[in-house]
Amino acid sequence: MQNDTIAAISTPVGEGAIAIVRLSGAEAVAIAAKLFDGKKLTDVPSHTMHYGKLIDPATGEVAEEVMVSVMKAPKTFTREDVVEINCHGGLVSVNRVLELALQEGARLAEPGEFTKRAFLNGRIDLSQAEAVMDLIRAKTDRAMNVALKQMDGRLSRLIQKLRQELLETVAHVEVNIDYPEYDDVEEMSHNMMIEKTQYVYEEIEKLLEMAKQGKILREGLATAIIGRPNVGKSSLMNALVHENKAIVTEIAGTTRDVIEEYVNVRGVPLKLVDTAGIRETEDIVERIGVERSRQVLKQSDLILLVLNYGEALSDEDRQLFEAVAGLDVIVIVNKTDLSQQIDLEEVRKLAGDRPVITTALIEEKGIDELELAIKDTFFAGEIDGGDLSYISNVRHIQLLKQALSSLREAMNGIEMQMPMDIVQIDVTRTWELLGEIIGDTVHESLIDQLFSQFCLGK
Amino acid sequence: MTYDAGHYDVIVIGAGHAGCEAGVAAAKMGANTLMLSMNLDMTGFMPCNPSVGGPAKGVVVREIDALGGVMGKVIDKTYIQMRMLNTGKGPAVRALRAQADKPLYITEMKKTLESQENLTMRQGMVDRLIIEDGVCKGVITETKAAYYAKTVVITTGTFMRGRVIIGDISYESGPNNQRASVTLSEHLEELGLEMVRFKTGTPPRVNSRSIDYSKTEIQPGDEEPLAFSYETTEFITDQIPCWLTYTNEFTHNIINENLGLSAMYSGMIKGTGPRYCPSIEDKVVRFNDKPRHQIFLEPEGRNTEEVYVQGLSTSLPEYVQKEMLQTIPGLEKAEIMRAGYAIEYDAMVPTQLWPTLETKKIPGLFTAGQINGTSGYEEASGQGIMAGINAAAKALGKDPVILDRSQAYIGVMIDDLVTKGTNEPYRLLTSRAEYRLLLRHDNADMRLTEIGYEIGMISEERYARFQEKKRLIQEERKRLEGIIIKTEPHVLEMMDEVGSVMKEAQRASDLLKRPEIKYSLIEKIVPADKDLPADVKEQVEIQTKYEGYITKSMQQVERMKRMEDKKIPDTINYDDVSGIATEAREKLKKVRPLSVGQASRISGVNPADVSILLVYIEQGGHVKAANQ
Repeated sequence: MQNDTIAAISTPVGEGAIAIVRLSGAEAVAIAAKLFDGKKLTDVPSHTMHYGKLIDPATGEVAEEVMVSVMKAPKTFTREDVVEINCHGGLVSVNRVLELALQEGARLAEPGEFTKRAFLNGRIDLSQAEAVMDLIRAKTDRAMNVALKQMDGRLSRLIQKLRQELLETVAHVEVNIDYPEYDDVEEMSHNMMIEKTQYVYEEIEKLLEMAKQGKILREGLATAIIGRPNVGKSSLMNALVHENKAIVTEIAGTTRDVIEEYVNVRGVPLKLVDTAGIRETEDIVERIGVERSRQVLKQSDLILLVLNYGEALSDEDRQLFEAVAGLDVIVIVNKTDLSQQIDLEEVRKLAGDRPVITTALIEEKGIDELELAIKDTFFAGEIDGGDLSYISNVRHIQLLKQALSSLREAMNGIEMQMPMDIVQIDVTRTWELLGEIIGDTVHESLIDQLFSQFCLGK
Repeated sequence: MTYDAGHYDVIVIGAGHAGCEAGVAAAKMGANTLMLSMNLDMTGFMPCNPSVGGPAKGVVVREIDALGGVMGKVIDKTYIQMRMLNTGKGPAVRALRAQADKPLYITEMKKTLESQENLTMRQGMVDRLIIEDGVCKGVITETKAAYYAKTVVITTGTFMRGRVIIGDISYESGPNNQRASVTLSEHLEELGLEMVRFKTGTPPRVNSRSIDYSKTEIQPGDEEPLAFSYETTEFITDQIPCWLTYTNEFTHNIINENLGLSAMYSGMIKGTGPRYCPSIEDKVVRFNDKPRHQIFLEPEGRNTEEVYVQGLSTSLPEYVQKEMLQTIPGLEKAEIMRAGYAIEYDAMVPTQLWPTLETKKIPGLFTAGQINGTSGYEEASGQGIMAGINAAAKALGKDPVILDRSQAYIGVMIDDLVTKGTNEPYRLLTSRAEYRLLLRHDNADMRLTEIGYEIGMISEERYARFQEKKRLIQEERKRLEGIIIKTEPHVLEMMDEVGSVMKEAQRASDLLKRPEIKYSLIEKIVPADKDLPADVKEQVEIQTKYEGYITKSMQQVERMKRMEDKKIPDTINYDDVSGIATEAREKLKKVRPLSVGQASRISGVNPADVSILLVYIEQGGHVKAANQ
């Protein structure tokens, strides 16, 4: 257990302009290197700091601008290799960095685990031992309390329901194995199994989707306004801000000053990203460069693409459509007060099934339509606001993702026609992972299930 | 007054399934061993169903054989039929089951023990242990013989304060109307060992000549020759079938009407029974929507007409048993030869044991089998062999042998018992094993022969054969990884026959990973230099086909091992460890786990307690380091 690499956010959440994700363990540098676009971290000297971009190796996307410190064992806090990734202080970005580290093989640290490792590796003085134990106790208890409080009763019921579903399936397979002559249960077939796993898979996916929405409700829907110069982006900004109550947060001290505007549009909290940039230069793409703007786009939950009614569609406009392919977009054709030059047919074609709103912001026309479109986009699906506070805990999300991937392996096994008892290994693992979310992994319950569900024995 | 009856290295009390393995293991290890049984004619007696093996249990028999034990060899010589179960499933859950010839099994087992070097068999009932300075030094029989030894293994099964119950009648008895052992149980309690009361039961046996088999379904053995032991070369060909019939609503009505008379329901029985071995009363009450239950008719041997009515275990009065049988197709005229009964007995709380099966309270005293709260012949044998090995090891000053959860079902079982305890008679199920894919029936020799050889229980000749098998498997796997099969017409044709399509050249090993492709086909496409033994081919196929899953399991084992390797010093005082939750502290004090891994499996010990424990242990390490 000492050898694996752990990761956690090591700065108080939401309290600083810069947040640090810390990794410790034999693989710390290798994991960071996989995520880092810049100097080759495996080759840099110990105790050095490097500027670069964090990428998602799975997609090649740029996730964040970061500073990375590499500190090799033994002169580190834990006496293991340690990497610290400094990123923007917002909860979204720091969580994203942590998720990437976990995705690449780090394990989420237990409460107090860095301190524990520091102690176990002899870094902390003997006299501090008692304090370390108290710390682990306190942190664990607190983490548990927090986790329990965070967990909506409905979430835990949902998880329990899914677990029961899996447990019955597993028990069914077990009966087939342990009591091959028992004729009351039909042999679990691949078709029966795929049906069960498919159902649970979709439910977990929904939970993860909700997790995303829950996050959005707390932090605001990251919204970017894009468009060529002079299409009316700042008018749109102002319209949204003036119409609604704006909350302006100023976070100073990061690599550059960012102003994020929070507005509440018909119950949907929007975080207008990089609004400062828009205000200064009218053009986010121009100001921060194509690369960075792509990154902003990818991180956005909603994109407002603004076009000019009074001008024909340009190649630039078409490029913007390409840049937002696959993202949630509302197309705004502004300046209907001018005479029409734009080909609305083509716009609709480019927009596909995404809403196209026409506005004359200068005359305050079309704002209601826009706000309703924003609301509809967010509340698509049957989730209503009351349910969204659910899953915020990184640990829960991480476990849900692991459960999903282990279920995927089970489904792969079914596809490959693996014997049921082998497929069942991954199903059982999924059941255990879901159990970890609600703090219940007792293996004995499988045997209880077996004997209550089936009439067995000689 | 006692008399000095002799001095030994190891004494084994009892000659049931645990006792037989313990005695042979200790003797093979080189210990001068004495076996005491209250009735030598009952050596290896099967008081319950006449069968050996089944899922998980059958794997245990193979594990015993790989370690050099006797159960597999004896059943291979005495079965009336043998079947491979779960053949339609994966290799991890396949299992052998044999129907035993009960009287012949006893004869064969007794002969095996009698001819074992270093092993003395004697009839006698042990009343008490000789304890000096808290250490067990020997035993005293009811006839006042004092036998001295360095270690003692108790394997008394269900005999301790045994009580048989049939309806409202009950009497002190061991199984099958043998004498109960009362004094020894009281003595163990006096010595401070904690006992619990468990219950189990058997069905009636009927005369074969009174059964109308035409109303039942035949259950034959497999035609393919099968064996438990890796040393068996001769197979029994004239097999005897079993028969299947069912209860019905008339049977259930009789049970429901007489429920008040069942010892199980009248309150006569206080002991906890096993859920997986329910009485027919239990089945009818708990699953009252089931219109019928299976009844297997199993011959008890070749030279007897007695037939075991499997599925009808009961503690109803004898006359109700008769009425019940009359409702079952084929058994309308069945003559009961022995009535079914429930039996209550004393078992020891198994968390009082170290993983070597030595009691923590009394050094030198080991226990194995049903006395440790298990149920089943195979479970008893599995513990017996380990207790015998460790009792001999201690007597001879050798290292103890502890199998872990990734090495054997035996390891899973003993770890469960000594770490978690059990609140009902414990039975092995495949679901108790985390690494089922590694604990296969087919690879028991791969897992354990090395260990058996090291402690002197496997012969040189057998070990050489094992080494050769290993070499052949490795070579063949390497060969298949090196061969590329091209999409030639004759290859495609052969593949087409099994419904497989190949679009481009592939490694033979990758082709073998496809579910529809067997080793036999690969062998046809790219023959080996010389024909390989069937068990080598089997290993090559399984190891290749399930490689991904096996690797995944191995990785889990690695993670577990790291925790197992963190040893907890036996000098630890849990009261000194601040921060551990009270419940965890009490459990740790009771179980006294040997490793942090074992500690983490105790229910009530949570991850925070484990972390604190780790820190505390390291702290101790630092103290010593600082002092030096």
